[in-house]
Amino acid sequence: MRVALFVPCYVDQFYPKAAIATLELLEKLGCEVHYPKNQTCCGQPMANSGYEHLTSGCNNLFVDNFSGYDYIVCPSGSCTLHIKEHLYADGKEEQATEIRKKVYELTEFLVDVLKVKQLSASFPYKVGLHQSCHGLRGLRIAQMSELVAEPFSKPAQLLDLVNGLELVPLSRQDDCCGFGGTFCVVEEAVSAKMGKDRVADHISHGAQYITSADLSCLMHLEGILRRQNSDVKVIHVAEILNHSM
Amino acid sequence: MSREKILAAVKFNQPAANPLPDMEVLNTLTDVRTDLVSKYKTIATAGGSFVYEVSGFDEIKTIINNEFKPGVKIISALNELSDYIYAENVKHEDGHNFADVELTVLSTKLGVAENGALWLTEKDMGSRVLPFIAQHLAVVIGKDDFVPTMAQAYKVIVDADYGYGSFISGPSKTADIEQSLVIGAHGPRSLSVFILS
Amino acid sequence: MSTATTKDHPHLAAEFNRDEPRVNWHDETLWWVRAKRDIAAHKLPEWELLRETASQIKFNVLSNLSTYLEQFEANAIKNGIIVHWAADAAEHNQIVHNLLEQRGITKMVKSKSMLTEECHLNEYLKEQGIDVIDSDLGERIVQLANEPPSHIVLPCIHKKKEEIGDIFHEHLGSAKGESDPKILTETARQHLREVFLTRRAALTGVNFAVAETGEFVICTNEGNADMGAHLAEIHIASMGIEKIIPERKHLGVFLRLLTRSATGQPITTYSSHFSKPQDGTEIHIVIVDNGRSIQLGREEFRNSLKCIRCGACMNTCPVYRKSGGHSYHTAVAGPIGSILAPNLDMKKYADLPFASTLCGSCSNVCPVKIDIHDQLYKWRQVIVKEGYSPKAKTMAMKAMALTLASPTLYRMGGKTGRLVFKYAPFAVNNKLNPWYNQREMPKAPDESFGEWYAKRKGAKN
Ligand code: SF4
Repeated sequence: MRVALFVPCYVDQFYPKAAIATLELLEKLGCEVHYPKNQTCCGQPMANSGYEHLTSGCNNLFVDNFSGYDYIVCPSGSCTLHIKEHLYADGKEEQATEIRKKVYELTEFLVDVLKVKQLSASFPYKVGLHQSCHGLRGLRIAQMSELVAEPFSKPAQLLDLVNGLELVPLSRQDDCCGFGGTFCVVEEAVSAKMGKDRVADHISHGAQYITSADLSCLMHLEGILRRQNSDVKVIHVAEILNHSM
Repeated sequence: MSREKILAAVKFNQPAANPLPDMEVLNTLTDVRTDLVSKYKTIATAGGSFVYEVSGFDEIKTIINNEFKPGVKIISALNELSDYIYAENVKHEDGHNFADVELTVLSTKLGVAENGALWLTEKDMGSRVLPFIAQHLAVVIGKDDFVPTMAQAYKVIVDADYGYGSFISGPSKTADIEQSLVIGAHGPRSLSVFILS
Repeated sequence: MSTATTKDHPHLAAEFNRDEPRVNWHDETLWWVRAKRDIAAHKLPEWELLRETASQIKFNVLSNLSTYLEQFEANAIKNGIIVHWAADAAEHNQIVHNLLEQRGITKMVKSKSMLTEECHLNEYLKEQGIDVIDSDLGERIVQLANEPPSHIVLPCIHKKKEEIGDIFHEHLGSAKGESDPKILTETARQHLREVFLTRRAALTGVNFAVAETGEFVICTNEGNADMGAHLAEIHIASMGIEKIIPERKHLGVFLRLLTRSATGQPITTYSSHFSKPQDGTEIHIVIVDNGRSIQLGREEFRNSLKCIRCGACMNTCPVYRKSGGHSYHTAVAGPIGSILAPNLDMKKYADLPFASTLCGSCSNVCPVKIDIHDQLYKWRQVIVKEGYSPKAKTMAMKAMALTLASPTLYRMGGKTGRLVFKYAPFAVNNKLNPWYNQREMPKAPDESFGEWYAKRKGAKN
C-alpha cells in the first residue's frame, strides 16, 4: 500500500515530531510511506480568510505532489478537510477528484482503512482529548454532542488501545478551542478566551497531557499553557500511538 | 405598489420547485402504546401544571372550592359546573370586564402527551381573553382525549374551523431574568388540569 | 446602541472581554440553555428526521414562495384579516404609524418581534409621538435600559438580576436593592397588566403563517402576545415574507422543533393560532420584504431564510457566548445574524462572517438545517471579492499565496526566517502581534520535518 504523507506547513516547521511519529507509526503498521518533498500547504489560510481565489497555485502544487498514491494521510483534520472540500485544479480536475477521495486524517485512516485493533504503544498518563471541530464536524472522526446519533470517537478508540493511558472526562467534550486560523489574531480577545476555557476544562479534570488529531488546536492551547507556566503539555495523537516504553 | 414589486421579485428569485416531504414516516415513529395519560401527567407537571385525575364533576367542584375563597369571580364554560358564571352568557362582554376574574374553567377534547399542551378554541373559551386574563386557569379533559404528539394533534384539527385557537401547556411563565424560571408572568399563575375518567 | 454601530465585532468583543468573570457567567448561562436543548432533543429518537423534514418543508416554501404568499393573502382576507405589503423597513413603519394615526391611537403595546427590531420601529414611532411599550419581560427590561435585545429569544440574557433590580427600582418603583427574579417579575406583571388594560392597539410578531388557511401562529411563554391582542381594538401582526408554511399540518413539525431547540421546553406555554378577528376588532398583517427577496436570489445564501428564530445557533456558538449579542451590532446577533446582515449592508457588516472559527456547531443544532458555517465561509469570499476586506490583509494574503505555491520560496530563509511565517499570524515574532497578548509563540525546532526527512536513510519522495 503506497501512502503519501501530507505534512501541513505549520507541522513541518513547528511540530516535526508529530510528523515523524505519523511516519513511523504508518511504517510499523506496514504501509509504504512516501513523502513528496515539494509539498507546502493545503491553502486553507487564504481560503478561510476569504481568499479562496488565491489558492490555485497551492492547489496545483498539491495535485502535482500527491497524484498517483493509494492513499494520502495527514496528521491534521483541518487540512484534510480543506483538501476534501476545496481542492480543485484547472486542467487537472481528474487528479484533484482522486485526491479528494483518497485523503485521510491519520486516525480515520488507522480505524477505517488499516482497521487497527491493537497497538504496542504505552503512555501511562492522564490525557484529555481535544476534538478539533474540523475533524469532528467536518470529517466526522467522532460524533458531535449536539447530534441525536450514536456516539463514537475514532481517536478515543485508538487511545483506548494504549497501555496505561487514562482519558479524562471533560465538562464540554467538543467545544471549540478558538484557534480558527486568522481568527486567532483578528478576534484575539475571544480567541484567547476560548482557548483559556478549553485549557481550564482539561486541567480541572486532571489531564497531564492534552492531545488531539489536529495540531493547529494544540498549537493554540500550547501557547496558552506556556503563558500560564502550566506543567500540562500538548501532544499530537500520533506521538502517543507511536509511543513505546 | 409594493405588493406587486415584492411578489415579482420573489417569483424571479425563488429556486426551482421542490416537493414537500413525506410526513407519514414521522407518525410511524411515535410509540402509540405508551400510557398517554401518565405521560401527559409527567410532562405537564414538569411544565408547572397541576394534574388531577378525577371521577366526576363533584370532585372537580370540591377541589375548586378548596382552592378558592368563596365569592371570588369564577367563570366556567362547562354546563356541568353551573355554580359559577357561565362563559356563554358573558362572551360578548368587553374583555376588560374580566380583569378581576380569579379562575377560568374550560374544557377540551384534545391534549398532547409529549408536551402537556391542551387545544382550546374560541368556542371553548367564550371570550378569547378569558384563559389569559384570569389569575388561574383550569381545564377539564377526558382520559381518552390524548394523542401522543403534535403530529397526531394536527391530524385531529386539520380541517377544524376556528377564529382563534391555542395550545396551552401550562401556567404563564418567564425565565428572562437570569434564566431563573418564574411562574405567573402576565397570564394565569396556575394551570390545573382535570382528567375525567 | 448609537456608539455600538461605529465599532466592529473584534473591538466590541474585546470590550466585552474586559470583565472576564462576566464573560464566564454569560458563557455558562448560555451553555446551560444549550445543554437543556440537547436533553430535549435526545428524548426524541426521531429528532434528526424532524430536522430534515422541517428543512425540506422550508425549501419547498422558498421554491414556491410567491404562490404561497398570494394564497396566504387570499385566505387571510377571506378570514376577515386586512393585509398590507411593505417593501422595506420604512414602509413597514409608515404602515403601522398610519394605522394608529387613523384611529387616533398614541399608545401601543408590543410583544416580541425581531422584525420590528430590524426595522427600528420603536425609534420611528417615538419620533412620531407614539408611545410603545414592549410587553415581553426581557424586552421590557432592555427597553427600560435603552438598549437593543442581545439575543433573539432571551433579549436580556446579558443583564444580571441586580442590574435589572436597579432598572426596576428607577422606573417601576420596586424596592431598592431588590433582585429576586420572582419579585421583579411580579413587579413587571403589575406594571404591564395596567398597560394591557389600557392600550387600544397591540403589535405582535408572527412565528408561522399558514398559506392553506390564512391563519398565523404566535408562540410565547408569558402570554403577553395574547393579552395584548385580545384586549386591543386593533391587532397588527408584522411578518417577514419567509414566515410562510404551506399547510396547517406542518405546524406539527415546527412546533415540535422550535422550543426544544430554543430552551429545551417541549413547547411554549402558548402557541396561539389567529385566524379571524374577534367580533368588533380588527387584525392587520404587514408582510415585509426588507431585503429578503434579494437574499432569496442569492443561491448560496437563500437557505438562511429557512430560519425559525429559535436562537439555538447562538447558544451553541462559542464566539457568541464569549462576545455577547451586542458585539454583533445588528438586530439579529450570532451565527444566523452574521449570514443575514451582509445581505442588507455588506460594508457595515463585513466583519461578521469573520466573527467565527467555522466550528460548525451552529449548522448541527439548527432545527431547519441551515448550512450556517458554510455560508459564513462563502460570505467571506464574497466580501473579499467585493472589496470590503482591508488592503493590508489582501497584500499579506497575496504574498502568502505566492510563497505557498512555490516549494523554493517556502524553504528559503532557513529555520529562523522562513518566508511563510512572516505571514502566519501565530509565528510573527513581534510583541505587537495580537497572538502574543495572551499566548506564547510556538518554538521553532532545530530542523523541520522536511529537513529531517532529507537526511533519513531510504527516504521515499
Ligand atoms: S439559524 Fe437555525 S438555529 Fe439559528 S436561530 Fe435560525 S433556526 Fe434557530
